[in-house]
Amino acid sequence: MDLGEINPVLLVASLMVAATPLLLAAIGELVVEKAGVLNLGVEGMMIVGAISGFAISVETGSPWLGFVAAAIGGAVLSLLFVLLTQVALANQVASGLALTLFGLGFSALMGQSYVGVKPPSMGDIHIPVLSDIPVIGPILFQHDPILYVGIALTAAVWATLKYTRVGLILRAVGENHDAAHALGYKVIKIRVMAILFGGACAGLGGAYISLIRVPQWTEGMTAGVGWIALALVVFASWKPWRALLGAYLFGGITVLQLNLQAAGVAIPVEYLAMSPYIITILVLVILSADKSSAPAALGRIFHASH
Amino acid sequence: MKFKSLLTTAAIALGLATGAVAQDKTKVGFVYVGPVGDGGWTYEHNKGRLAVEDHFGDKVETVFVESVPEGPDAERVMTQMALEGADLIFTTSFGYMDPTINVAQKFPNVKFEHATGYKTADNVSVYSARFYEGRAVQGHIAGNMTKSNIIGYIGSYPIPEVIRGINSAYIHAKKVNPDVEFKIVWAYTWFDPAKEADAATVLIEQGADVILQHTDSTAPQAAAQEAGNVVTFGQASDMSEYAPFPRVSSIIDDWAPYYIARTQAVMDGTWESANTWDGIREGMVAIGEITEAVPADVKEEALALKAAMAAGEYHPFTGPLKKQDGSDWLAEGETADDGTLAGMNFYVEGLEGEIPQ
Repeated sequence: MDLGEINPVLLVASLMVAATPLLLAAIGELVVEKAGVLNLGVEGMMIVGAISGFAISVETGSPWLGFVAAAIGGAVLSLLFVLLTQVALANQVASGLALTLFGLGFSALMGQSYVGVKPPSMGDIHIPVLSDIPVIGPILFQHDPILYVGIALTAAVWATLKYTRVGLILRAVGENHDAAHALGYKVIKIRVMAILFGGACAGLGGAYISLIRVPQWTEGMTAGVGWIALALVVFASWKPWRALLGAYLFGGITVLQLNLQAAGVAIPVEYLAMSPYIITILVLVILSADKSSAPAALGRIFHASH
Repeated sequence: MKFKSLLTTAAIALGLATGAVAQDKTKVGFVYVGPVGDGGWTYEHNKGRLAVEDHFGDKVETVFVESVPEGPDAERVMTQMALEGADLIFTTSFGYMDPTINVAQKFPNVKFEHATGYKTADNVSVYSARFYEGRAVQGHIAGNMTKSNIIGYIGSYPIPEVIRGINSAYIHAKKVNPDVEFKIVWAYTWFDPAKEADAATVLIEQGADVILQHTDSTAPQAAAQEAGNVVTFGQASDMSEYAPFPRVSSIIDDWAPYYIARTQAVMDGTWESANTWDGIREGMVAIGEITEAVPADVKEEALALKAAMAAGEYHPFTGPLKKQDGSDWLAEGETADDGTLAGMNFYVEGLEGEIPQ
């Protein structure tokens, strides 16, 4: 056992990378659920984002265009969910599950010719001066741009929900859609926008895996991250900063436990392997002792005639 | 009982309904642990399935279900296949062992073949490949190629098959490079590209410049490519898209001849429960092309090692060998018996760390 072999700077840097796909997907789903819609199709939208982003960035040579395509891909797939749940008023749970199954299969089909292809690299931003600070520089200021987008998005969602009129309306729709409707807000329209936003975020998260974290295309490569993101939203009590904390905890402990294993620390590997789940849940459950509860209209179908 | 009789009725009903059409077609089912496009383990099993279709043409119908979790869900999938009239079902992951046995009890007329396990029944065969022979070749190359003397190993689950691979690779790396050290990380998954890439990255950050993997996707190859100066080996499949570097060689599983032979046996009515464990000699394990990134003399030695195993002249576990705790295992010239290998649950001397129990 030699803890000295773990480089804390590299560790923190790689935990941020591991957390980002989860964070992006969770923030998107958080907005969707705040609007009162439960979309279980996160995994499907992520994987479609992963292949859309991968394909476009390979074809154009630009990772930026890839991420744009990933966001569009995720949003387009979520349109299917919109059609089912907001237009046809289908059950949200079943529709979301269907979306995941469809996304997994569809992405496998789209990705047939991209197996084994190397995507163009996005490269890290090196912010002058700041990135040269020892320790803090490599940890905070030498990442790929999308990682910062994830954090910025969290801040933006938090500020929007808390301080703006748009956020207030969105929350109103999620808490009591009948009241919001009576006040003259377009419940369906607002929910559609939220779902599209969620789809785009999930798509970005998926592409982050296929373009930066791994980087390659493999069928089914999101391997359950979407489900973890869904759980994270609940454990984070629908609060953006807690989602960020949860994502970093989960990603962080995942990377940390691999590091501890490689360094030969004498903790049984089974405990290490389950630690990300347990610690994340524990911390977030303790935090949620303040009784923040789910949006009241979560998962309920709205029709103006009701 | 009620459930059982229900199943039987359903089976009979289905049999009656489809009997007329399906009579001359042999239906072969495959249960996969990952997606067919994983580029590794499942990809090769699926190649075997396609070979069966090619070989028998109209006489056979194959079905498969991919990404089936190891556990109760696998039982559901197998039951479904059996109910739909499969004559022969290949279950292709270690964790399907008990589900296979359970389902086989309910369908005595369906033949089951479980990969890499050890439990058999009248209608359940087991088959596996001697991957550890390939690991010996890998270990030899890895020991020669490493400059940091640290070799990273991504394990999936601590089961005998994986432990055999670690031991075999270590013994042969140590033989050519006494200073070599193995860092082992257990991913607790067969297929999770992001986690596999994370594991590879962690090992590289901790000084490994050769990565061996016992997980199914090509993600560690991509992570090594990203890092630049790290050697990898294709696992289960050739993974040649990462050749000539970082992937310098590979272990390829060739299931096709076995799948064809077993399907033939079912057609002929000669199928019997068996325990097959084939290696390089029989062609079930192949060594992928050793690229020019490997020095010529090392390549030559590696090929000689492979040839010796193919000829049956050399066994990767040949004494003198000690267990990790220093106790004697094999005396000078003695080779390990299959029973010990099949249940291997210990590291050989020199490896550090404990095997999770």
